[in-house]
Amino acid sequence: MTAPDRFQRFVERSHDDGRLVVQPRMGFPSIDAMRAGLLAVRDSAAGTVGTITVDSFTRVNDNDSARRAIETGTPLNGFPVVAHGVTGTRAVLDGVAGPDFPVQVRHGSALPYQLIEAALAAGVDATEGGPVSYCLPYSRVPLRESTDDWARSCDLIAAHSSPLHLETFGGCMLGQLCPPSVLVALSVLEAMFFAEHGISSVSVSYAQQTHLGQDIAAVRALRRLAAERLAGLHWHTVVYTFMGVYPRSEIGAFGLLEDSVRLAVAGGAQRLVVKTPAEAHRIPTIAENVSALEFAAAVAAFAEPEEPAADEPDPIYREAARIIDATVTLAPTVGAALVAAFAKGLLDIPYCLHRDNAGLARAGIDATGRLCWTDPGRIPVEGRFAGRAGIGSAELLEMLNHNRDNFDRIMLTGMRKEVSR
Amino acid sequence: MRPLPQVRPRQVLLTTIPSDAHMWNLVFLQLLLEEKGCNVVNLGQCTPIDLVRDTALAMRPDLIVVSTVNGHGHLDSVRLVTELRRHPELADVTVVIGGKLGISGADNVRYAGQLIDAGFDAVFEADTDAAATDRLVELVAPRPVLGTRK
Repeated sequence: MTAPDRFQRFVERSHDDGRLVVQPRMGFPSIDAMRAGLLAVRDSAAGTVGTITVDSFTRVNDNDSARRAIETGTPLNGFPVVAHGVTGTRAVLDGVAGPDFPVQVRHGSALPYQLIEAALAAGVDATEGGPVSYCLPYSRVPLRESTDDWARSCDLIAAHSSPLHLETFGGCMLGQLCPPSVLVALSVLEAMFFAEHGISSVSVSYAQQTHLGQDIAAVRALRRLAAERLAGLHWHTVVYTFMGVYPRSEIGAFGLLEDSVRLAVAGGAQRLVVKTPAEAHRIPTIAENVSALEFAAAVAAFAEPEEPAADEPDPIYREAARIIDATVTLAPTVGAALVAAFAKGLLDIPYCLHRDNAGLARAGIDATGRLCWTDPGRIPVEGRFAGRAGIGSAELLEMLNHNRDNFDRIMLTGMRKEVSR
Repeated sequence: MRPLPQVRPRQVLLTTIPSDAHMWNLVFLQLLLEEKGCNVVNLGQCTPIDLVRDTALAMRPDLIVVSTVNGHGHLDSVRLVTELRRHPELADVTVVIGGKLGISGADNVRYAGQLIDAGFDAVFEADTDAAATDRLVELVAPRPVLGTRK
């Protein structure tokens, strides 16, 4: 096995020192602002890795529009890596990125080849995404096309003299209302796809959902499956602070962030991508990013892994393993198997409107606040289900707002709605 | 015997704009409109303008609902409604837009005038109009057509 890259090495070293690595979702359009943002994150009181989040033009390969925006000074919602080019991106990284501060490009592209080519040439340490996780929720690109482009991109990374660390985004499908077993299965399947294309250093992901005990069980199940299915790779686990409808109050937003830190520590993850309380309203400033990172690092420093009550991980582990096995037997490669599994509905993202998603599965939130299947469609899970009949627009809205309402209540009453386990 | 009131389901085309990748708003509106008795064709996220136009020409809906929350609505949707209104078959169809239409929060209401001028029949801004979905529902309220069967 080759030595790990410096992104993986930094995360492993921090973990050995008992520190959770925290990371922002940060992107600014100009070279100066992006560099200033990374420096502020590096010099914060938290153990961090840096993030360059690209803008939405770059995400869809509309680099001409990104170039025009740079020329005319029109603000973009991220850093256009391809439009700034290798020179511009190096100008951001030079003297900033290093073994103690590796930098990841976050993007959201279903067709990432051009972007990854630029990131490799500029000396970026890591990137993320995946053929399913950046196709079905955010694009109209056919799944087969996305899978082909991601395969070429992985081949390119693997052939490079200093390959990128690659994180799957499979643990966050639509941000909410996707039960843990599918998030865990997709995260592992996308990492297996990366490995099939020669990537040797990966991270598997899980996004915080609606119940801390269920989420801890999911992250523990994810780590067990990754250990079994990613043998021979360098890998670690990353948790995302909730990606759905965010609390409006500052105290509610920090409460949700605090739970995600406890999830990462108790689940045994090594890295956490945080959200800032400002995000519900607008793009956060550098100072708001730093304050969220320092808050998360402080919570992590005092969090005890055994403290929160956790569900039993076995049921999620078994359900995810069954989904993975049903998928990989469909075709000789993981890429083709993913396409076939979605075509058959064995993999199915609840509520996802993409044409290559079967759209038969439905999920909800039960009385205890846990995510549950109401109708798994053709996904191979066992059990009795409530059926989809009860979910109308009012129920959907209530479920989408579950975390926001629950955590905003802290401000009014000093406690959350749910005290039940 | 008095004829039973007949209600023809409203044909609704639900869409967003090319740059908008958000999905939950479209999922919610489809459920809501179906509960109100509409037949809904939901085109999903990042909808190309040509696809909206071609679907509208083939389907001849009673109502086109454009839902967008990424803050580019005031830019992209002008191109969309201009293209729709260029076709005589779509000159009279009701076209409404709602969501977060710019990146200025409550100040987004300043786009309403230009969107109406561009060809929309109604504009709902989420940050200033808490009852926006109620007003959408009013638009699709069933109007019974008296049957004439013997």
